[in-house]
Amino acid sequence: MKKLLTATAATALLAGTAMAEDVKLGIMFGFTGPIESLSPAMAQGAELAMKEVTDSGKLLDGASVTPIRADTGCADNALATSNAERLIAEGINGLVGGDCSGVTGAILQNVAVPNGLVMISPSATSPGLSTMEDNDLFFRTSPSDAREGEIMAQILKDRGIDSIALTYTNNDYGKGISEAIKSSFEAVGGEVTIVAAHEDGKADYSAEVGALASAGGDLLVVAGYLDQGGLGIIQSSLDSGAFDTFGLPGGMIGDSLPENVGPDLDGSFGQAPGSTSEAADSFYAMAETEGFDGSSIFVPESYDAAALLLLAMQAAGSSSPAEYGAKIMDVANAPGEKIYPGELAKGLELLAAGEDIDYVGASSVELIGPGESAGSYREIEVIDGEMKTVNFR
Amino acid sequence: MDFLNALVALSNFVLVPAIAYGSQLALGALGVTLIYGILRFSNFAHGDTMAFGAMIAVLVTWGLQAAGISFGPLPTALLALPFAILGCIVLVLITDRLVYRFYREQKAKPVILVIVSMGVMFIMNGLVRFIIGPDDQRFSDGARFIVSARDFKEMTGLREGLAIKTSQGITVIVAVVAVALLFWFLNKTRTGKSMRAYSDNEDLALLSGINPERVVMITWVIVAALATTAGVLYGLDKSFKPFVYFQLLLPIFASAIVGGLGNPLGAIAGGFIIAFSEVTITYAWKKVLTYLAPEQLAPSGLVQLLSTDYKFAVSFVILLIVLLFKPTGLFKGKAV
Repeated sequence: MKKLLTATAATALLAGTAMAEDVKLGIMFGFTGPIESLSPAMAQGAELAMKEVTDSGKLLDGASVTPIRADTGCADNALATSNAERLIAEGINGLVGGDCSGVTGAILQNVAVPNGLVMISPSATSPGLSTMEDNDLFFRTSPSDAREGEIMAQILKDRGIDSIALTYTNNDYGKGISEAIKSSFEAVGGEVTIVAAHEDGKADYSAEVGALASAGGDLLVVAGYLDQGGLGIIQSSLDSGAFDTFGLPGGMIGDSLPENVGPDLDGSFGQAPGSTSEAADSFYAMAETEGFDGSSIFVPESYDAAALLLLAMQAAGSSSPAEYGAKIMDVANAPGEKIYPGELAKGLELLAAGEDIDYVGASSVELIGPGESAGSYREIEVIDGEMKTVNFR
Repeated sequence: MDFLNALVALSNFVLVPAIAYGSQLALGALGVTLIYGILRFSNFAHGDTMAFGAMIAVLVTWGLQAAGISFGPLPTALLALPFAILGCIVLVLITDRLVYRFYREQKAKPVILVIVSMGVMFIMNGLVRFIIGPDDQRFSDGARFIVSARDFKEMTGLREGLAIKTSQGITVIVAVVAVALLFWFLNKTRTGKSMRAYSDNEDLALLSGINPERVVMITWVIVAALATTAGVLYGLDKSFKPFVYFQLLLPIFASAIVGGLGNPLGAIAGGFIIAFSEVTITYAWKKVLTYLAPEQLAPSGLVQLLSTDYKFAVSFVILLIVLLFKPTGLFKGKAV
């Protein structure tokens, strides 16, 4: 036994000297469940940043970065918590995720806070996460829904919409964003005729649509998921002629929606987090060479989440969450040299030289308040069966 | 004009969906009620029998679509229906052979058979998920609408649109045909009569030379056909998802019990009662009332009795009321 221990220790030492540190980053998204069509591209976005850093060989004297994927199911708190614990057991140094707001809160409270793990979510947007007790371990590269509510109210107003019916998926995300849209839209003088929840995964939404149609309104805002109830509500509304234009918040933005609904969706509009910068375009190009769609929703944010973790590690000179966590706000915000996607190597060099950087990244990261994105949005309209970005806000 | 608008809005959101849903429930409840009348137990596996039949229809439909065969404006699934019924018949006959026959020979009590059927339910449930997976499957094709809301508005100039989906039309027609066939079979043919005799009094039927195994077999064949038809129609109209059929079990049993277990006519009436109650109680009446009431009386609220979340609760409540006050059901079935 003693021999074995010595042998193991010796191997460990040898390995330690022979190779630089291996930084492990967890990636927790809903690879199954309501947003399973979005998750693969998001994970590839995060892995792209890790690969870029590994290839540069400049992180912490040549450390390599290994991604470990795990599933949150988007809506399954038990699954997300147990998978996060598994990642802790595998010794991750930081976590990119989770994705949906409910599971992100569960991971934060049940795993990240007790274990002192730093997590950056690219897509959890519930306003509730801004005030949750997080010991400064939680950040997000996506803005809070409270901000999206204001943006959506503005878009509706600018398009001359005076009254809306509003339905939301019955969970943390849906409830948060529907309240944000309602209060913001009423604040700019609009009328919300009805706010009704819908459950995901039902076969038939004609009863829900009947109630929404009865309340009336210029259009129907569907704060749900594009693979789930949101799709069912839109389909059923079109079938019964209840509404023919829809307002689509972030969870409904994705290419599968116009594909599934068909030409009737043309003219519907919405918004999703996204930036105006040319940086975004250069990121899309990078993603394309890697063979995935960088403009899919929350993909740039995923890249930025992974990049921020790694840059903060470099700034702190350590991959221990307790040490680099405090550096995240520093690298994300001014002052310092601006770092765009594809320039992570440059950022790492500057940090190693002890200089400041201001990470801009693919989604124009600017962290405010409790560590969440200030939020720039793409205004999206469905034109000829495709989701086109028509404006930036 | 306002009256017409109210009528159209009502048809669009209440009458048409409720009639289609009622037909689907009625077909399902007929299967449950036949099993109860002849084999004398509540078959909890019925929902998953529907799922299995519909699954075969989905698979055959995909095959036909891949082979380039279509049914014009009608969904290809109708062509696949006979194959699906055959497949489902094979499944239920094998189940009867392997499981139910054993308990029948033991003269097991109905409550034991109910529990057995639950076991069968879980196995079928797993089988369907194993073969086609737990996700939504799309298999409807052909024309989507008989009348679409937009066309209706243009045709009539009314403010309200009326949409009738092809699947809804087909559902009602197929249901009527299936029910007519069933009643003709039960009332006019020798086999049908022997089934009713067996249901009324097992011993007397045996004495007069009716072969019980044959009656049981024919019952299963009919039940499989009804279940598959109901499953396919529901899948066409809404969507195919194994879990949804499991959820359908409650309204189907409610329909059968409300109508009177063992009474086919009752099953049909029960199906429509449950469907109309679910839809009318969760409908927001504001729109219809605004058209009908004089302007100053127009409602400001939604006039919705129950939120749509409580749809299934409606079947529960009706079930409870009927069991409390008229346990034999509205059409004098057997007491549960």
